[in-house]
Amino acid sequence: MSVTQSTYNYKVVRQFAVMTVIWGIVGMLVGVIIAAQLVWPELNLGWLHFGRLRPLHTNAVIFAFGGSALFATSYYVVQRTCHTRIFSDGLAAFTFWGWQLVIILAAITLPLGFTSGKEYAELEWPIDILITVVWVAYAVVFFGTIAKRKVSHIYVANWFYGGFILAVALLHVVNSAEIPVSLTKSYSAYAGVQDAMVQWWYGHNAVGFFLTAGFLGMMYYFVPKQAGRPVYSYRLSVVHFWALIFTYMWAGPHHLHYTALPDWTQSVGMLFSLILLAPSWGGMINGVMTLSGAWHKLRDDPILKFLITSLSFYGMSTFEGPMMAIKTVNALSHYTDWTVGHVHSGALGWVAMVSIGSIYYLLPRLFGKPEMFSVKLITVHFWVATIGVVLYIASMWIAGVMQGLMWRAVNLDGTLTYSFVESVKASYPFWAIRFLGGVLFLVGMLIMAYNMVKTIAGGRTVDDALVLQPAAHHA
Amino acid sequence: MMETLYLLIPISVVLVFLIGIAFWWSLRNGQFDDLEGPAYRILMDDDRSRPVSPADDAPDKSPDAQAEHAGDGSPVTNRSGS
Repeated sequence: MSVTQSTYNYKVVRQFAVMTVIWGIVGMLVGVIIAAQLVWPELNLGWLHFGRLRPLHTNAVIFAFGGSALFATSYYVVQRTCHTRIFSDGLAAFTFWGWQLVIILAAITLPLGFTSGKEYAELEWPIDILITVVWVAYAVVFFGTIAKRKVSHIYVANWFYGGFILAVALLHVVNSAEIPVSLTKSYSAYAGVQDAMVQWWYGHNAVGFFLTAGFLGMMYYFVPKQAGRPVYSYRLSVVHFWALIFTYMWAGPHHLHYTALPDWTQSVGMLFSLILLAPSWGGMINGVMTLSGAWHKLRDDPILKFLITSLSFYGMSTFEGPMMAIKTVNALSHYTDWTVGHVHSGALGWVAMVSIGSIYYLLPRLFGKPEMFSVKLITVHFWVATIGVVLYIASMWIAGVMQGLMWRAVNLDGTLTYSFVESVKASYPFWAIRFLGGVLFLVGMLIMAYNMVKTIAGGRTVDDALVLQPAAHHA
Repeated sequence: MMETLYLLIPISVVLVFLIGIAFWWSLRNGQFDDLEGPAYRILMDDDRSRPVSPADDAPDKSPDAQAEHAGDGSPVTNRSGS
């Protein structure tokens, strides 16, 4: 057997783990800036106004921060649970540098105004092609590692990661079908409401597979590992996976309620969104109940606090989402800040917190340290971040419901009670609170970066961990 | 009318079939024969850091020793270098 077979490839995991923290800070900083621009409109300067920075914020937090976290954890989990080194070191390195190049190109082109105008898929066609190439390499590395596994069983986390990789490839290719007219401009292959339907078929499944399935893979590995206990019900986790991927694809139309989309399509979208509540809560309960009988571990383990709190937010937002998909509720919530609050309950509370917990788990192991430089600082990070999320979503709930009620209020003679700008004016205090919540979450990330640097620095470097033989099957 | 549904519905139907095939394969492959063991097996995989510096570590904490000592397996091959 070759020498390289004897260790896991931790290098690529280290690279992605460190970049997760760095891109998290960048993406959230841009988020804080645009939140400030809503409170103080004079901050909208030149290329850096809200319209240019908002797609940069969403791309940075979803694909740079979330994407790096998914790459790091999936490469770690697939190697450890398959008891084999990653399929190809070269291709794995290519996915790292390729993904970083995509992020840099996004950071340059979006402020310059190069955009295809599709939400969460704003990048222009040359970058879309680069994303496709990197993603195919990712799939080859991941499934290649699964193929050369030393155990027959494929751990459930890998199923979630695998489903996420395949689904995102399909979504990206279909949604990004576009006709280039120059190097920096293209037009969608679809038009009008067709385009809207494809956009939200992509958009909601990006939430379902990129921001949910992938991070559930993370949850099913790191929650049991950090708790030191097997997942509450492995059987339920398998049911969770198959139920989720069989039902997710048709929830997208709930983004287009009361539009030109045919009514039956809207109703199908609403129905599937409601069905999704079942697998989502099954998974949430499964994760939280992993601590059953060991709740005391929550008291002094801040990493576990992050992971379990993330599951609470997952449960909250997967309850809120189906409710908002009901047409009558949507009539009030659509186009208001309630939607923004819902997204951030999922993005900050679920995605970011489960990633942060997992990265805290990984860093000492990747850099050969017994634990993080300061466990106390992780606790500080946890509380700062939690208060930040709560301020964020509570202010957006109030602002959103208020906006919805103001927009629909009519006088006895049928005229509107409020003009639009009055609802903007009434929203200012809540936007200020949202800004504060965002600042707190960003401060938490800076604390994490400091802790990471101190953990990495000044220590010895160690060899990557040896590939261990799988534990014996109980025959 | 909604021509795009002629694209999205077939894609979803094909996808359901592909997922069905994956599910059928995993059933036949015995992926679900044991729905208890795998949950415990990831815990038997000790992934804690094993410092190599002899200065502040007891001999039995050396990588090879600890791997054997952990009782959950042994290195596939000898570590090279260092």
